[in-house]
Amino acid sequence: MIPWDQIVIQTLNGLVNGMVLAIVASGLTLIFGIMDIVNFAHGDLLMLGAFVGAAALGATGSFWIALLAAAIAIALLGVFLQVTALRPLIGRDPLTTILATFGISLVLQKYALWQWGPSVRRISEPVPGHFTLFHLQYPWYRVATALMAGAIIGGLWLFLKYGKYGIWIRATTQDRVMAQAMGIPVPLVHTAVFAIGSAMAAASGVLFGPFTGVTQTMGFDFTLRAFIVVVVGGMGNLGGSILAAIFVSLLEAYAAIVVSPAQAVIVAFVVLVLTMLFRPTGLFVPTPK
Amino acid sequence: MTTVPAARSAPSVAGYWAGFAIVLVLLVVAPLVLPPFWRRFVTEILIWGLLAMSSDILIGYTGMVSFGHSAFFGLGMYGAAAALLTMKPPSLWLALLYGLVGAGAVAVFVAYFATRLRDIYFAISTLVFSQIFYVIIFTWTDVTGGENGLTFPQPPLTITGLIEARFTPESFHWFVLAVVTTAYLLVRRITRSPFGMVLQSIRENEPRTRAVGYHVERYKMVAVMLSGLVAGLAGALYAIQNKFAAPDFVFFTVSGEVVIFNVMGGMGTLVGPFAGAASFLLLREGLSRFLTEYYLIPLGIIFTLIVIFLPQGLLGFLRRRLNQ
Repeated sequence: MIPWDQIVIQTLNGLVNGMVLAIVASGLTLIFGIMDIVNFAHGDLLMLGAFVGAAALGATGSFWIALLAAAIAIALLGVFLQVTALRPLIGRDPLTTILATFGISLVLQKYALWQWGPSVRRISEPVPGHFTLFHLQYPWYRVATALMAGAIIGGLWLFLKYGKYGIWIRATTQDRVMAQAMGIPVPLVHTAVFAIGSAMAAASGVLFGPFTGVTQTMGFDFTLRAFIVVVVGGMGNLGGSILAAIFVSLLEAYAAIVVSPAQAVIVAFVVLVLTMLFRPTGLFVPTPK
Repeated sequence: MTTVPAARSAPSVAGYWAGFAIVLVLLVVAPLVLPPFWRRFVTEILIWGLLAMSSDILIGYTGMVSFGHSAFFGLGMYGAAAALLTMKPPSLWLALLYGLVGAGAVAVFVAYFATRLRDIYFAISTLVFSQIFYVIIFTWTDVTGGENGLTFPQPPLTITGLIEARFTPESFHWFVLAVVTTAYLLVRRITRSPFGMVLQSIRENEPRTRAVGYHVERYKMVAVMLSGLVAGLAGALYAIQNKFAAPDFVFFTVSGEVVIFNVMGGMGTLVGPFAGAASFLLLREGLSRFLTEYYLIPLGIIFTLIVIFLPQGLLGFLRRRLNQ
């Protein structure tokens, strides 16, 4: 007997989680693609963004202002981190950048604990209401989140495809030296990309906040899942990361029907291991010649 | 390796062994002169240093950064726990053996899959493997005790025909010191052997090592297994000292600390990780007196600064002499 109602519910859950994860992962993959930085602190930027969003929501009462404030604040933090800690590392082994960002992640996580304490912060849902889905009252906010995530990713894609600065970013990703020779201010582009990635992480933190609340330990979980997604989708490949985020989240959601959600995480790990063994360049990219 | 005139290398080898003897004597005397708190502290530094040294085989000598050493350490703990809970009477040597078997089994698994990958992919896959074992241990409550972990009695120190006595803090310190010294000398010998030279050439230039005709994957697998066994030994010692095994020690935090020890102390020196563990634990002790759990804020900043400005670590300047 197949539990159709659960499958439909979990498909929806998987899609919503996958879209949020896709924003996180596309920021991570953009940063890796352009400057070979594996950002271990990405999840912690998300977590800080969620806390800033919760604080701004408390101060202003508007979810949308909170979303914007968090994105801007974390983008500025990203600029600061990139200029002070990561710019000196450009050209060194990517492993060095994992170590440096790992140090940053420790600092950010404990800073959040110091600033906001260990208790869970709630962010109230800006879109009220539920609709009936089998035996559940499914909140509209989750559907809205998936749509907003899609809008953010679509906006990023349009910007990269048609915007003047988007073309700068793509040119720098393709060939750093040539871009410099064409007059593109490469160091500035690096900083800007790190800021964009940070802002996207912060935005997804605020969007995700109403689901489970905000804690200072949520960052590591996102970092790990974003790593998995980025590797499965192919390092530095934006479209692949987005597909992989949805693919992995759906698999996890279906696995949660059979085993407990804590164990369902293992499915993502297994997908990663299999991908790295059989298609190390990523699942959703053409086979390299 | 640049050529060193023979006349200069001989005294510096003697200097190395003199330094080794002085440190060893200080560590032997330490429990007799230190107050109880610091006595335990030194023993812990030895155990964490042993764990960090095991990781140095990969980070410093083979050029593979492992973010998953907590899996080996944790399985060493749970292996020792299994021996101490099932065997009557509890046996120290079986606890160590079971710890090694547990960590070794995991190491075979990780080595088989992860060594096909390089650089960041290796780092991420070790991290993911350690999380797999964390989730299994955390959720398999019937066997592992889940979140609460396992507690068990401490085994007595038995050497057949010689000693049969309960551990005192002093004798436990000396026991750990003996194990750690043996492990250090063994690993030092291995890294200086032809096998160790191949590992170092993989670190320097993997494609060329392959082109010369070495089976790089096989060497990497043995390196991971060796590293995992030494880490498991550290885990078993830690379990025996503290009389418990808990899932927290399989979590990523431990792996992260291992990497910090290596980077702070100096990779590729084997002694550096001990220095790194000592300075990290001392800083933590000093800072947490007035910063409580926020000690990681200054420590994280120090760590990041070391990565940027002092990539060789605190003992990096001794690297060549320590490998003589």
